Amino acid sequence: MTHLTDLPLWAAIPVCILLLAGSAVTLVGSIGLIRLKTFYGRLHAPTLGSSAGTVLICLASMITFAVLQNRWIFHEVLIIVFIVLTTPVTLMLLGQAALYRDRIEDSEVVPRKAAGETPSPSEADI
Amino acid sequence: MRYWFPYPLLSVSLLLFWLLINQSLSPGHILLGVLLGIAFAWAMVNLQPQKTRMSHYGTAARLVAHVAVDVFASNIAVIGVILRGRAKPGFVAIDIGLRDENALAFLACIVTATPGTAWVEFDRQTSVLLIHVLDLDDAHVLAELIKSRYETPLKEIFE
Repeated sequence: MTHLTDLPLWAAIPVCILLLAGSAVTLVGSIGLIRLKTFYGRLHAPTLGSSAGTVLICLASMITFAVLQNRWIFHEVLIIVFIVLTTPVTLMLLGQAALYRDRIEDSEVVPRKAAGETPSPSEADI
Repeated sequence: MRYWFPYPLLSVSLLLFWLLINQSLSPGHILLGVLLGIAFAWAMVNLQPQKTRMSHYGTAARLVAHVAVDVFASNIAVIGVILRGRAKPGFVAIDIGLRDENALAFLACIVTATPGTAWVEFDRQTSVLLIHVLDLDDAHVLAELIKSRYETPLKEIFE
């Protein structure tokens, strides 16, 4: 941690702003997990952390180490790319599971299948 | 050519990945990256993914810019919704004309990376995409927006 004091002031200010903004966005996303009422609403909250939060914090990291080591640093971009590529997998899985359960329970909240074939427990076994 | 380089785009991305993760542009790393790129492309042949040819790189660049702007704007919108604590959530069903699996995967990444919209279900038979929207004003307007802003360019790029 001590070598961080070598960071000149002109770099420290944007790094702090980016880091604080990124953490604040991620925090709001986590608060959203509590405040939003439905499961589908809660699907949206963590996306704040995985989009803007990740980008801002990775940018801060890139600037810090580029200035400290005096060279261009790009490999944090990979973190952003892989997070963007992999979040849909988990979110879709959770969304599909919730939708399937709600349709079997004949919940009023979710729209029915367009083709008219609603999944029922007996159909699911086939 | 096609035999030796079955997935040129994959090989190039793997080379870039290798150079980024090693943080080096030395000839040794470039050679190793090229070899790894070719070897993994051959391994991919056995997995038999759907082959797509990408074109229209200008459209692709414009799409990336659009997505970046939209992700930024919807981040701010969702922060507002969470802090205010009230929203009108709702489902939107959209008829999607995309057939290509990779194009659909890209659309899924875009819709999911944008806070405020979540991909819930895509029905292959009816090709209806169901998304959940955190703060929905007009379902019709949103469906048109997604079709014109994302689907049309993706169609141009992949098909």
